[in-house]
Amino acid sequence: MDLTKFVKKIRKTGARWLLLVLPLFIAWLMSGADVSLDPKVEFDEETLQCLECHGAMRYTLVDPETGDTVSMKMYEELRIDPNVYAKATHGSFSCIDCHSPDFETHPHPVSVKFEPNFECIDCHGPDEKYADFNFETIEEEYSISVHGNHYIENFSCWSCHNPHTYKNTARQSESITEIVAYNNSMCLGCHGDISHYEVLIERQLTNMLSKHDWLPNQSLHFRKVRCIDCHAAVHEDILVAHQVLPANQAVRNCVDCHSTNSILMGSLYKHQVVEKRSKSGFFNAAITNQAYIIGANRNYYFNVFSVVIFGLVLAAIAVHATLRYISYRRQHGKK
Amino acid sequence: MAKSKKLYLYPLWLRIWHHVNAILMIFLIATGISMQYSDPAYPLIRFDIAVTVHNIAGVSLTVSYFIFLLGVLFTSIGRFYVVKTEGLLTSFSKQLRYYLFGIFKGEQSPFKVSEKQKFNPVQLITYNLIMHAIIPVTFITGWALLFPETIVLNVFGYSGIMLTSLVHSIAGFFISIFLLIHLYVITIGSSTTANLKSIIYGYHEEHDTDDDQSEEIKE
Repeated sequence: MDLTKFVKKIRKTGARWLLLVLPLFIAWLMSGADVSLDPKVEFDEETLQCLECHGAMRYTLVDPETGDTVSMKMYEELRIDPNVYAKATHGSFSCIDCHSPDFETHPHPVSVKFEPNFECIDCHGPDEKYADFNFETIEEEYSISVHGNHYIENFSCWSCHNPHTYKNTARQSESITEIVAYNNSMCLGCHGDISHYEVLIERQLTNMLSKHDWLPNQSLHFRKVRCIDCHAAVHEDILVAHQVLPANQAVRNCVDCHSTNSILMGSLYKHQVVEKRSKSGFFNAAITNQAYIIGANRNYYFNVFSVVIFGLVLAAIAVHATLRYISYRRQHGKK
Repeated sequence: MAKSKKLYLYPLWLRIWHHVNAILMIFLIATGISMQYSDPAYPLIRFDIAVTVHNIAGVSLTVSYFIFLLGVLFTSIGRFYVVKTEGLLTSFSKQLRYYLFGIFKGEQSPFKVSEKQKFNPVQLITYNLIMHAIIPVTFITGWALLFPETIVLNVFGYSGIMLTSLVHSIAGFFISIFLLIHLYVITIGSSTTANLKSIIYGYHEEHDTDDDQSEEIKE
């Protein structure tokens, strides 16, 4: 009854187009149950088989003995968005490159739960190809950080770098804003979300906004600087600092960033600065294009120009005053 | 013997306005330079203090500017800022020639200050440029930097904030140059301290037609 009233009302108000669009909209909402695969994305046979369940919101579990089937929800942690995975740094891998081949048995045997997870160093440590990344140093820095597993049980590389979504933005992206947003989303994944935070540690989640109240232009700082730029110790051999410090050791002094020898030149802008320097040889190229930090990136030409003009004006004043004095003496001398 | 003429050109409110501006301007230039050239090893003014002082002084100066603008638009002081293009080039070059050459020959300033016209052509052009172009550019860009989210983020691949800040610094640089010359011009009066006295006490002492300056100063 109510529905017919609603339809009549819509007809009366002349919004007939709604009658056409609304069912389509509802159908679209309901179709969101499964993730459709981007036609450009290609996976091998085995991976596609895994993604049939792990790439979907729900999956069908079959009892091998009775043949009974049940539709189950795929939990978020076990769900992999195929499109995101395909674009991730490790997206070209087959599932069983990292996971046990036992996963090919359905339903998975309990033994797979005991499968040890690889950590970055397991593959990248001995690999000459990645020597530039200095994974050993990353490992050392991480182990003495507040995230090191001496402090928090169950914390690992994967806690921040989800292997199924992780992208090496710091080296691949040209945009500082994108690097900052991506990096900070990693931190806020736990520090801004109690459901993820409490899984790792039994402590009250700090309110990030009120804790950073003292920062002038807070939102600008959050968009332009990474959390780790203040909260991690820079190591010159690695691109992204991994030694996350206790909160009380974080940078609080404005001039640490707002000065010519800004710490950001060795952290957030490190990659860009090095890249641009080698390409163009112009020291400030990267940050003058991407960002502006009061006190850190002055315009070289403006500085030279301003100092020269200031000097000339002062010299002109001095000459003018001297000449006036001489002329005054001369005229009064005559008298 | 002609007496030196005294004109009450700078009423009390104007002098207060001028001195408040002067103090704010000095704060702005000092903190501006300190922020632009900040170095942890040589902190001219602590960065956070410099930022706060610069912001407060900048906002106050904007308020002061609008008081000036209202005055120029709706009161009689507006007449001092009116530029008549007719003969401007000739009178401007005459005045400039006086500053650059005539002053050393003991010539009198070609321009006489009166109640109708208190700025000579060089002052008229400079003050108009400073007050109606450079100061507005400075506070508009300054306010934009105070609310950086209002700034276009990217202008042809350059950071909008960087460009705004560069314009702000350049305008600030011109104001600093103006201040230097403005301070020096204090000494170019009927006597070295005459202009300073005028802005303190309000009375302008005209260059006398009589050439005995010492007598004039005594009076």
